Amino acid sequence: MTLHLAVLIPFLFVIIIPVLYKFTKNIHTGWITLIAPVSLFIYFFQYFEINKPVQTKMETVPWISSLRIEITLYLDSLSLLFSLLITGIGSLVILYSIFYLSKEREKLQNFYAYLMLFMGAMLGSVLSDNLLVLYTFWELTSVSSFLLIAFWYQRQRSRYGAQKAMFITMTGGFSMLMGFIMLFVASDTLSIRELIAQVDTVSQHQLFLPAMFFILLGAFTKSAQFPFHIWLPDAMEAPTPISAYLHSATMVKAGVYLVARLTPVFGAMIEWSWTIIIVGTITLFWGSVNAVKQYDLKALLAFSTISQLGLIMTLFGIGSLALNERFVVGELIFETALVAAVFHLINHSIFKGSLFMMVGILDHETGTRDIRKLGGIIHLMPISFTLTMIGAFSMAGIPLFSGFLSKEMFLTSVLDLSSQFNNWSVIIPVIAWIASVLTFIYSLIIIFKSFTGTYHQDLLERKPHEAPWGMLISPIALSLLIIVLFIFPGLVVTSILEPAVREMAPQVFAQMPDWHYHISAWHGFTPELYMTLGIFILGTLLYLSVEKWKKPVYDLLPKKWTLNSLYDSIFPSLEKFAEKVTKAYMRRNTTAYLSYIFFFLIATVLTTLIVTGSINITLEYNSPIEWYEIVLGIITVISAIYVIFASSRLMSIIAISVIGFIISLYFVIFRAPDLALTQLVVETITTALFLMCFYFLPKLKTTLTPMKLKISNLLIALGVGTTLTLVGLSSFNHRGFETIATYFTNSYELAGAKNIVNAILVDFRAFDTMLEIVVIFATGLGIYTLIKLRATKEE
Amino acid sequence: MKFTDVYLQTLTKILVFIIMTFSIYVLFAGHHNPGGGFIGGLITASALILLYFTFGLETVQDIIPFDYKKMAAAGVLLSVVTGIVSLVLDIPFLTQGFKYVELPFLGKTEIASAVPFDLGVYLTVVGATMTIITTISEDEK
Repeated sequence: MTLHLAVLIPFLFVIIIPVLYKFTKNIHTGWITLIAPVSLFIYFFQYFEINKPVQTKMETVPWISSLRIEITLYLDSLSLLFSLLITGIGSLVILYSIFYLSKEREKLQNFYAYLMLFMGAMLGSVLSDNLLVLYTFWELTSVSSFLLIAFWYQRQRSRYGAQKAMFITMTGGFSMLMGFIMLFVASDTLSIRELIAQVDTVSQHQLFLPAMFFILLGAFTKSAQFPFHIWLPDAMEAPTPISAYLHSATMVKAGVYLVARLTPVFGAMIEWSWTIIIVGTITLFWGSVNAVKQYDLKALLAFSTISQLGLIMTLFGIGSLALNERFVVGELIFETALVAAVFHLINHSIFKGSLFMMVGILDHETGTRDIRKLGGIIHLMPISFTLTMIGAFSMAGIPLFSGFLSKEMFLTSVLDLSSQFNNWSVIIPVIAWIASVLTFIYSLIIIFKSFTGTYHQDLLERKPHEAPWGMLISPIALSLLIIVLFIFPGLVVTSILEPAVREMAPQVFAQMPDWHYHISAWHGFTPELYMTLGIFILGTLLYLSVEKWKKPVYDLLPKKWTLNSLYDSIFPSLEKFAEKVTKAYMRRNTTAYLSYIFFFLIATVLTTLIVTGSINITLEYNSPIEWYEIVLGIITVISAIYVIFASSRLMSIIAISVIGFIISLYFVIFRAPDLALTQLVVETITTALFLMCFYFLPKLKTTLTPMKLKISNLLIALGVGTTLTLVGLSSFNHRGFETIATYFTNSYELAGAKNIVNAILVDFRAFDTMLEIVVIFATGLGIYTLIKLRATKEE
Repeated sequence: MKFTDVYLQTLTKILVFIIMTFSIYVLFAGHHNPGGGFIGGLITASALILLYFTFGLETVQDIIPFDYKKMAAAGVLLSVVTGIVSLVLDIPFLTQGFKYVELPFLGKTEIASAVPFDLGVYLTVVGATMTIITTISEDEK
């Protein structure tokens, strides 16, 4: 239960924060919110031990057992790593945001409620073992991301970015759902654990391969992989703490997480490995190319995030080859890639989180994020400069910073790949190398273009000075971690990296209980070292001359036929199409709507009756019909006919209520007092309602209805009459349902009620009743909003 | 809508009292006799409607200053909470229980968790119905 509680706490905060906000106007809401991630971080940290692998833990709370949906939470090193990132960076981001967001101007209660919604959803998705529960939380992260990107919803760009992110990630999420359902069909289980256990049989199923592609689509959209990466730069409209948290450190890693989590299931498929490697490499390259082009520091970081996510994806793709039957037996080859993937994932979250915070500080202190305006503020903001440098050097892969270690391992992995395959895959190390050079260049741009050079006060909105300490604490903590992890990578090797790698390739490591991995900064004079040196030298040279080659080179890229313009053209045309379809049948005419409903009633019910041969009219089982029943029947028919021919609305309303009251009389005759009472009161109230609405209606006029419409109306009327009569007469002769007689004894023995109807309503079928009152409530509110909030003519 | 009619007004004063009493009886009798939250709620609503018809919207709203939307919301909340109570006791959602206790004067009395649930239904029905009716009748622009 403790794990469930951990996931629940952020959701509780979602409810508490807006309430508390009203009473604690003097305190920045961030301080209250901070309690949740910090305590959760401490909770998850208990499971972390430096010299021991994480103790796995599994807890189940039944939810919808009949559909095999159970809230099973599973904690292993991979999910622990993510939980620590989510809560740890979450704490730092919230601390940072307290100084970033003004208490007076912003709607903090919304901000922190959305943020907690995200945190809970993200924890839920990395801890869930049940695929459908994972999917639910996954979509919830998209929703909270949408809300957070649109936090400044007054801006058109924010709304655009939010919609784009939601549209792309939800499309992917939906495809992922289809993949999960296919997996369920193939394996008859929703649990990832069970899926891994029976992977040999599941992989033979014909739906296995399609499921894989559908799930990958979900992972790629979430992790902003080419060509779905276009949502991430627009998501940067969110406040900077959000960009640091969701759009670099955690949410965009969800796709990577899913790939890692499902590697034991799909990893042996060569299609899985190559799809991920190719998509990842393209993303890595394209992201870094675009990052160098940017002038806005946040946009630069967005593209750099895309590129780094591509790098991590590529590593997971290469690593999954270890599971391929071609390599399973014999020596380990691709384990470096798996270790590097998880290690770089940690490093990236740390340095990118820190860098985003630094860009936020620059923006906050100078009023701009444009590198053409910034410059020469190194002596004004020396601490910020140092912190930015640490983050960017780690990203560039320079020694003394943890990014160097994983970058070297990345180079080893791509070299392993091409040496094993000896085919066209040799271009992958080349692309990786070029992308690394570009990464080096944009890392230098971040540091030196914003802090050194000439100082232009006239271009800046504010006089820059060092950021307040509160804002600096979080990046300082992250920067320290960067250096600590470089010196002591062993801190995470035994506890997180090794067990995570073992979990990703259980088939391989089962035979190797003694396998250990050692990370070191120095490997001797290897090809990786020369590649790194090449990156440094070429990167520095290109950086120094960047102004000269930037414009001519980027002019070569297409401006018109980009993915963004494709997206922008698809969206309005989809809207237009939807509008056309809707307008075709929404004709603002009640008669038309009624005729649709009745037409479908006839089409579905009558067809079913005829096709299944259910029409069965025998009257022999009927009880004798009394004379007063016949009289009531005749009155009903007369009133019904009168409704149509009445000359005023008032008369037809009365005639309709006559029908209603006669029906309640029937209920009395057939000894259903509850129904009779209900029908009677409902009839009274609807008549009152009718009378009230009748007030607003125009006088009844005899309009000339065209003959064609008259005939179609007649046909529909006759059809509905025939259908319902047939259903009524036939249903009596079918015993398709279980008898409800057991309720007579059950209601007293199990529910303590002598009224069987009430016992069914409030006890046996209480869930139905609960949803029904929700519907009633929603209807009331719906009518209220429709009438009260409608636009008046002046508006 | 307002009909100034002395007969109607005098009669309504008495009738509303009777209908209201009946509706509350129906609400609580529902467990063993015909009735329940839904019917009780509708009867209460019809009494209120009668009141509105006779004395006019503004007058009645001065006397009964209820926000019917909140009433309906409170009803839904009450029903859901009774369901959640069973979750806390580690039995499936919305499981109802009952117990017979000896009370002074009343004798053997049944205490059923279905009653607060039904009360929630009652509040929702009254709230939603009255929200609809008052909203439509207020809209006389």
